[in-house]
Amino acid sequence: MSNDVDNSRRKFIAAGVAGTAGLVLAPGVTLLDMANARPAGEAASSTKRWGMLIDSTKCATGCNDCVTACGKENGVASTGHPETDPQWIRKIELKEVKSGKSHSLPMMCQHCAEPPCVDVCPTGASFKRADGIVLVDRHICIGCRYCMMACPYKARSFVHEEHDDQNPDVPRGKGCVESCTLCVHRVDKDMEPACVEACSAGNHGAMLFGDLNDANSEISKRIATYATTQVRADLALNTGVRYQGI
Amino acid sequence: MSNDVFRKSKDGAFYFVLGVIGLVVLAGLGAAFYMEHYGHVVTGMTNQIVWGLPHVFAIFLIVAASGVLNVASIGSVFGKPVYKARGPLAGLLAIAMLAGGLMVLMLDLGRSDRLIIAMTYLNLKSVFALNVFLYTVFFTVVALYLWTMLDRKMHAYSKYVGFAAFIWRLALTTGTGAIFGFLVARQAYGTALLAPMFIIMSFSFGLAVFMIVQAVMYSWNDRVLDEVILHRLKNLLATFVAAVLYFTVVYHMTNLYFAKQTAFEHFILIDGGVYTNLFWFGQILLGTLAPLAILFHPGLSKRNGWIVTASMLVILGAFAQLYVLLIGGQAFPLSIFPSMVESSSFFDGQIHTYSPSLPEFLLGMGGIAAAALITAIAAKVLNFMPDDKHHTVSH
Ligand code: SF4
Ligand code: SF4
Repeated sequence: MSNDVDNSRRKFIAAGVAGTAGLVLAPGVTLLDMANARPAGEAASSTKRWGMLIDSTKCATGCNDCVTACGKENGVASTGHPETDPQWIRKIELKEVKSGKSHSLPMMCQHCAEPPCVDVCPTGASFKRADGIVLVDRHICIGCRYCMMACPYKARSFVHEEHDDQNPDVPRGKGCVESCTLCVHRVDKDMEPACVEACSAGNHGAMLFGDLNDANSEISKRIATYATTQVRADLALNTGVRYQGI
Repeated sequence: MSNDVFRKSKDGAFYFVLGVIGLVVLAGLGAAFYMEHYGHVVTGMTNQIVWGLPHVFAIFLIVAASGVLNVASIGSVFGKPVYKARGPLAGLLAIAMLAGGLMVLMLDLGRSDRLIIAMTYLNLKSVFALNVFLYTVFFTVVALYLWTMLDRKMHAYSKYVGFAAFIWRLALTTGTGAIFGFLVARQAYGTALLAPMFIIMSFSFGLAVFMIVQAVMYSWNDRVLDEVILHRLKNLLATFVAAVLYFTVVYHMTNLYFAKQTAFEHFILIDGGVYTNLFWFGQILLGTLAPLAILFHPGLSKRNGWIVTASMLVILGAFAQLYVLLIGGQAFPLSIFPSMVESSSFFDGQIHTYSPSLPEFLLGMGGIAAAALITAIAAKVLNFMPDDKHHTVSH
């Protein structure tokens, strides 16, 4: 009897060891596959830090030009499910509790220098490029949504369903998390983000894009001259997107 | 001495029960496949409530898994015979529930097919990745621990491996609690209190599960649990339940102390609708006060059936507590501009709604069933029945 038990126990342990070994060996098989999954990091240079300055005094309630441009550029469209549809940029209407003063402004990924989303991401899919742009590598994202829990700005969306209006420059996929890329595909071609371009084209001039590391850039000069804020500055995330007028 | 506990006449019934549990596991897998195929749009989860019912189940299972091992620890580490006799069953339940919980967590991922990425691309800064490491070592240590307890030749090592398992389970629960502790921007979670609170929750949930499984095993084998032993275990359970209550009070009092948290506390404690109800009626009344009343009642607390009822209430309360913490914590909107009222098309400044869907529930139940399946099969193959004759009980 006790031999029987011993035997089955041995088998049980052997199976366990084999299982564990399998888990360790299998990953090697896919390593090649993944090696080329990170094209985004290459062009970025740490001498730059891309950022944005948003002047809420020039941003009107009801104006949605930046949001529309972003959707068009990145293929983010509504599917009629407002609670699950991704939003990379949105207009927030604000009312100060004490004074009753109201503001309207666009909110998107703040491209934090100390991004909580990157800290918590278990796989490293959330990452910050050398030039400060925070991205999700959608080939590595497992869709755990921990980054969404960690982001203080509700900047991230989970792709809840299949969609078919992909922009080839902007890969997106069901089951992964995504957020504003600061139009990295345009920035790498020396263009401005689509929202900024649309804001200027509409003659609102509420959004300014530039290099925060370059003291001579317009954005740095404006930040040096005027009172600007980082949203939730108390969290000390050193955001790349700054606001003026709030 | 062992396998005849499941006598032949009961084999039919055993396989029937196994079949039913298997079906629930299959339903869970089916639900996961359905969610994976259509995307999370078919669940109740949204961009506001990003972790839903599956996480409630998964966290329950993982927390209870580390807690149930406490029974074994008291035996091996602190040398108490009553608990020593129960060590193997506790170890088995720990492995089974952790496996069930991880299954749910894994299958709820947006890309469950990327299991291998999840295990090889580790961002060592992430508490999540730390948890993957904690779980893997936990499985190994508990498996070793089981070996030292079940194999007489290995008995001598039991104490040392048991100690390692004890330390590791504390680390594991701290790790689970820390997942939330790192969410600094969320009002419900950014507190260091969560880690110790999770440890004490794990003691209570784990022991409640243990009591139920033990009762099922005894009645299946037509054996009666010694009254003295039952008495000790129920007292321990009562202590843990009371300790969870204490931590709950401290958690809410601390939140109330910080002015910026009062709105959140008001929401959970007073006008949070389903969350308020679940808190007061689910967690406090049914999940805490009712079982405490049973466990301290001079008559009822001597009856096995009532103690099982109390244990079930504790588990019910556990689910209510985790639901309030997890879903209620997300339902309350992030405060992006603390001194202003916010509104947007992305539901800023509003209480977020969530209605759990059937697939989510089935996936969660599938995890519990998977744990039950592992337990039942292992108990059939090896002897996990507590054996009090070999461990002298000092009355
Ligand atoms: S705003 Fe959110 S998503 Fe963007 S970098 Fe900061 S934490 Fe990450
Ligand atoms: S959802 Fe993707 S990007 Fe976000 S934390 Fe998980 S793996 Fe990282």
